Amino acid sequence: MKTWIAFSNILMKDIRSYYLKPPNISWGLIFPVAWTLMFFLRSPVAVEVRDLLPGVMSLSILFGTTSMLAVTITFERKSRSFERLLLAPISLNLLMLAKTSGAIIFGVVNAFVPIMFAAFMTNLAGINWPIVLFSVLFIAITSTFLGLFIAVSVSQVFEAQTFSNFFRFPMIFLCGLFIPLPDLPLFLQPVSYALPLTYGADILKTAINNNGIIAVPLSFLMLLAFSAFLFSYSIYNVNRKWIL
Amino acid sequence: MKIIEAEKLEKTYNGFTAVKGVNFHINRGEIFGFLGPNGAGKTTTINMLTGLARITGGRVKLLGEDYTGNPRKAQAMMGIVPDESNLYEELNGWENLSFCGALYGMERNWREEKAHQLLDQFGLEDAAKKPFKAYSKGMKRKLTIAAGIIHEPEILFLDEPTTGIDVAFARQIRNLILDLHQKGTTIFLTTHYIEEAERLCERIAFIVDGEIVREGTVAELMKEAQGENIVNFMLGGDFKEVKTEFTATFPGFEYRIGKDGVVSVHSPESFTLMPLVQFFEDRGFPVYEAKIARLSLEEVFVKVTGLELKKMQNRKEARV
Ligand SMILES: Nc1ncnc2c1ncn2[C@@H]1O[C@H](COP(=O)(O)OP(=O)(O)O)[C@@H](O)[C@H]1O
Ligand SMILES: [Mg+2]
Repeated sequence: MKTWIAFSNILMKDIRSYYLKPPNISWGLIFPVAWTLMFFLRSPVAVEVRDLLPGVMSLSILFGTTSMLAVTITFERKSRSFERLLLAPISLNLLMLAKTSGAIIFGVVNAFVPIMFAAFMTNLAGINWPIVLFSVLFIAITSTFLGLFIAVSVSQVFEAQTFSNFFRFPMIFLCGLFIPLPDLPLFLQPVSYALPLTYGADILKTAINNNGIIAVPLSFLMLLAFSAFLFSYSIYNVNRKWIL
Repeated sequence: MKIIEAEKLEKTYNGFTAVKGVNFHINRGEIFGFLGPNGAGKTTTINMLTGLARITGGRVKLLGEDYTGNPRKAQAMMGIVPDESNLYEELNGWENLSFCGALYGMERNWREEKAHQLLDQFGLEDAAKKPFKAYSKGMKRKLTIAAGIIHEPEILFLDEPTTGIDVAFARQIRNLILDLHQKGTTIFLTTHYIEEAERLCERIAFIVDGEIVREGTVAELMKEAQGENIVNFMLGGDFKEVKTEFTATFPGFEYRIGKDGVVSVHSPESFTLMPLVQFFEDRGFPVYEAKIARLSLEEVFVKVTGLELKKMQNRKEARV
């Protein structure tokens, strides 16, 4: 009970202080809206909106989640208020889950922005919604933990932002969203399979257009593995570098 | 009863030893002071006791139970007021307090009531709805203390609570500390103000360069450094007239006559005042004032740490 009070209040404080603040909420939502419009309106005839949907959703989640952790973690660490959390009688795992839950929720919300746009532009019949929902959640968790991994590896907010672009931009091209995996140069294909977003995007492709190339259970398993690794490595890093 | 014990507590930051195997304990309910100059290792010690710094040597115990490397359970009993306010700039005073209570698992009604009560008690009612970033330095410090005690901790760590704030606020804060002490909270206080330690603390440890050079009650520290007993007399007559008689009556006593006519009487043994006063009165010398001379804690500190510093230098030279 006591742990739950601490957990929920850390989460609610973040939501109120960061996610619901006008600059952040617009920053978070502008990204998906911009992506969506850019891709959907570019050549409405040539490109089928539905084909683009998995990619736009994945990127909305990726950018929404990773950019928030630079604030909720790196900034609070820099301003020393994070020490307060480290001194509270709750486990580090739980503390980090509380600090990341906001970003996960935010990522899920971001994913539905492109869906709403798409609903006006095309027919969304035949989509496997339960799988979409689960994959959105899994992608949000994995990319949030990727953001956490970045946020705890640096000490300045701008470093967190630079470092996350280092991961994000290659992912746009390498995770099979806009260039199908088999069409990538052979030497880049292994890199693609080492990126979490590849698996998340592939599940969405299967669920929305039934044109994924990886078995859905395997992709979920890979996302789970990435999440577990990124989270535990981040905890290890906090323990090693922040508890001085 | 010992609430906290530190045994050979040591902290090394990549090769530099900031705290060099210190031993001390804090008794339940007392105000224990860590007095030392900047960089002595006070904050590092607090961080080790509270789980914010990894202990590289030795052990810490809470109520006899070892919690080295596993501070979670102990943290529930601790309140920590850091040297720099680290509350949330964008939250107001009331939200900050309520949030800090929640971190310790306090139910909403309880923590909100407690937050109001503390804002009242600390004279911050008007600031309750202002964001923390709009606070003055003294107000920030007060709110940080309130945030440290909202969950009613058994033991409160205060890291230089009056450093860098103006006199009026500092006095308020010292009164708040005494108030908490009266209510039974154990207090660990670090400071580099000797007077503050003397005024507030029951027991004090002098820490210099990561080592505790002396530890004891204020009285013990004074006595040890004093070495002899001195009384200063202001007399209504010339002491020289009776000095031979004085030496005969009080063998083993020495005297010194100051420029201002004050007579200092010294003895290695402790003595009572009455026979001396009587001696002067019998000879028609009114005694206007008789004052036991005490070294100030500051003189004690300089004496003690000065000695130690010299010793350490000697040791270093001997090694070279
Ligand atoms: N994170 C750190 N890394 C390296 N050295 C440190 C660190 N923190 C403190 N120190 C050093 O340890 C010594 C003790 O510091 P500190 O405990 O802050 O002293 P105090 O609080 O008594 O002023 C200082 O010499 C300081 O420079
Ligand atoms: Mg300090």
